[in-house]
Amino acid sequence: MNLFLQQVLNGLVLGSIYSLVALGLTLVYGTRGIPNFAHGHLYMLGAYMTLFFVGTYGLHYWPSAILAALVLALAGVVLERLVFHPVSRSSHVNVMIASVGLMLFLEALSIQLWGADYKFVMAPNPAIYRFAGLTISHQQVIVIIAAVILMIGLQLFLKKTMVGSAIEALAQNREGAMLVGINVTRLSMLTFAISAGLASAAASLIAPINLVFPAMGTMVIMKAFAIVVIGGMGSIPGAIAAAYLLALAESLGGTYLLMQYRDLIAFALLAAILAIRPTGLFSRGD
Amino acid sequence: MILKTAKLGKSFGGLAAVQDVDMTIEQGKITAIIGPNGAGKTTLFNLLSGFYKPSSGRIEFLGEDITHLPVHEVARRGIARTFQATHLFQRQTCLDNLIVGHRLRTRVNVWDALFRTPRHRRELRKCVERAFAAMEFAGISKLAHKPVGAISQEQQKRLSIALALVTEPKLLLLDEIAGGVNPEETAGLGELIGKIVKSGITVCFIEHKMQMVMNLADHIVVLNHGCKIAEGPPADVSRNKAVIEAYLGGETNAHAT
Amino acid sequence: MQFNWRSWIFPCLLIIAGLFVPAVVANAYYIHVIIMGFIWAIAVYGLNIILGYTGQLSLGHAGFMGLGAYTVALMSLKLGAPFWLAMACAVLLNIVTSWLLSFIAFRTRDHYFAIFTLAIGVILHHVMEKWEKLTNGNNGLSQIPGFGGIGPISFDTAAARYYLIYAFLLLAIYVSWSLKHSLIGRTLMAIRNSEDLAKSIGIPVNRGKRLAFMISAALTGMAGGLYAGYIGFLGPSIASITVTFNLLLYLLVGGIGTVAGPLIGSFIVSVLTQFLVVLQDYQMLIFGPVLVLLTIFFPHGLAGGYYKLKHRWRTASANRKGKAEPAPGRAGGAAMAEASGVAEVSGAAEISVAAEASDAAEASGTAGAKGAVHREVR
Repeated sequence: MNLFLQQVLNGLVLGSIYSLVALGLTLVYGTRGIPNFAHGHLYMLGAYMTLFFVGTYGLHYWPSAILAALVLALAGVVLERLVFHPVSRSSHVNVMIASVGLMLFLEALSIQLWGADYKFVMAPNPAIYRFAGLTISHQQVIVIIAAVILMIGLQLFLKKTMVGSAIEALAQNREGAMLVGINVTRLSMLTFAISAGLASAAASLIAPINLVFPAMGTMVIMKAFAIVVIGGMGSIPGAIAAAYLLALAESLGGTYLLMQYRDLIAFALLAAILAIRPTGLFSRGD
Repeated sequence: MILKTAKLGKSFGGLAAVQDVDMTIEQGKITAIIGPNGAGKTTLFNLLSGFYKPSSGRIEFLGEDITHLPVHEVARRGIARTFQATHLFQRQTCLDNLIVGHRLRTRVNVWDALFRTPRHRRELRKCVERAFAAMEFAGISKLAHKPVGAISQEQQKRLSIALALVTEPKLLLLDEIAGGVNPEETAGLGELIGKIVKSGITVCFIEHKMQMVMNLADHIVVLNHGCKIAEGPPADVSRNKAVIEAYLGGETNAHAT
Repeated sequence: MQFNWRSWIFPCLLIIAGLFVPAVVANAYYIHVIIMGFIWAIAVYGLNIILGYTGQLSLGHAGFMGLGAYTVALMSLKLGAPFWLAMACAVLLNIVTSWLLSFIAFRTRDHYFAIFTLAIGVILHHVMEKWEKLTNGNNGLSQIPGFGGIGPISFDTAAARYYLIYAFLLLAIYVSWSLKHSLIGRTLMAIRNSEDLAKSIGIPVNRGKRLAFMISAALTGMAGGLYAGYIGFLGPSIASITVTFNLLLYLLVGGIGTVAGPLIGSFIVSVLTQFLVVLQDYQMLIFGPVLVLLTIFFPHGLAGGYYKLKHRWRTASANRKGKAEPAPGRAGGAAMAEASGVAEVSGAAEISVAAEASDAAEASGTAGAKGAVHREVR
């Protein structure tokens, strides 16, 4: 029983990370209409940026994480203007190919700048808490709390502000939103910024727990895609629910089934959803 | 009777775009579908051609229930359509557009293609011949090798009619075929429609240009807010109170030809 | 039948030139590079069919290559199967796998296909890495038996191996060419250019995509089998995303949707990387942006660009000379129809060029009709 609850706890931590990454992905998918395959590498860059600020400038963890998120947000805007906007005139296929090119470039860049070896970020507080036979580290608690705060912040932004509701409208129904005269260009830049910032935040949060390495974005993007498809493209609650669902499935599945194939659970779920309900669990399904 | 709908309906979310529509299209006659903007005319065409799955009701074509058939099966059964915004294979030549249009009536498989069998040569030749025949019928023969992007709006309309014709349909659905063309071109298209019907194909068209509708149609169906509000020969429909009311508030090109 | 012999001269010359390579090129390393270029080209021909002709982005295509390679390797090593039997099984396995996957892969929007195939590629790579009992994991498989003899012909010499792979390359080119200029090819390209329009003219779109996927997997799997037999050792990296990326790059450089593109692209890029050693270290750093720039500025690649220029030049010179449009009339129409491909008519070399140019434009996605029907119908 303890093992089970422990894995549930771990799943919640993992789910928080997945959720932030998937939210960024689903927002961009909504505004641009295409999947950004480089999203996972923005996540990866967020971790490296945090590392950079901590290591090079000797900043404390929190300012580093925040700075990293800002840097990534800016990077998101730059990429949107430099890559995604120009190529959007082409077919959807070309946009996807471009984002694949970008993805591999970013990975190579990271290896070039920082080397391919695994790096480590010190947690701000290395404490570990034990209660009711369960173990949770301070950082893990931080992850859950920070993720929840960010998600609530995002929800407030999307629901309560004009810009936010425009972004949400765009994510839910792109063409309808365009018909109503929403300026896609500016929203697109903002969305990319938010998306990259969220990914960076997720990476910064998990960096003290997992290690930092150039390929860390690859697995995450796969999971994020699986999540977004399962939850339904453009659906915010869908992304969140599916993220936690997947994380729990991985956590429990990895423990009780084969550890090596834990990563495949995401894809098995993806295949299952595509086979049964391709529009995702939380969309209305046209 | 070539096509019949019974209580046909389509809702999106809670909104009913088409509701409870019963209509018939008679073989060999020209039927027009009219109504103010947003009345559900294109939705109806999308339902008939299989692009939308009905939320309720049935569609019967030549005695067969085609309600749940996918788009390509409907096309095979003999219903062809054009689209409101002209849809063609843009960067290809007119000829290339039409050659593939006849594909559905050919029986070749990948082995025929790979081994370049006599059957394949025969079928490809048939497609090319049909393509030229359709272009001649539609009056655009000299455009065969021009890319679609290089021809005029009216010529594109004719090409999309030719594309529909090359699928050897029994029923042709035309969605605002005269949209964006001048009166002279409109008259030309009207003549083409007449020619199509004479050749044995039933035509059902959506139009806003009232003159064209009154001149051509044997039978008119009027939609408003997704419901059928009137049906009958032009003379009756033009005097129908409900129809007049529906148009008073809307935008019609009663003056346009 | 009127036959446009002019457009066949250059390809024939090339084919013949290819036959003389082992005689002319003395350096064994150069031969090796060329052979590898051929193998990659075959794999890219496979990708071209699903992506170039049918417009579906398969992001897991390296998985098929790996599947082909490992099937050949494992059957030869563990079952002692003769090479050609193993090859046949490899191709068959790829066909069956792609057939099965297609039932899920083609549900709803085309973006899902890219995501799904990405996932499949990752799964295959992952399994090849982790199932150590079967595949030896990251240590890979070595001492894979080479090409078995066919009758009296054995493939012990480099030259013999060259000709064998060359033959397979010609096969891949033939399949691509005959498919493209057939009704099947036209059907696939209609699907690529506008699915909704294709449906409305009676084309069963999913069936077409499935067929394209299967042929595509077969060709790329074949390349994988040849890779295993030629190189003799094999690791899971053959199925990695990097390989898929390379295939994409070769295809885009060469000219997506064209018949010459895969060969040109594979050759130029893979040969370049072999000889410009400095590129090898910075490969992804350079190729990543190159791919992005290609999609923005040169989506039609080299072959596509060539056809466009040629078409423009022909049209311009025809206009200058005041040449009339070929007016077919009824008799002319039948004459044109005579040919097994409409392009093979004298004086209609322009048409074949125009057709290639427009196909290149369509394949590279600079046409944009796709979204239009969707908007209307949705």
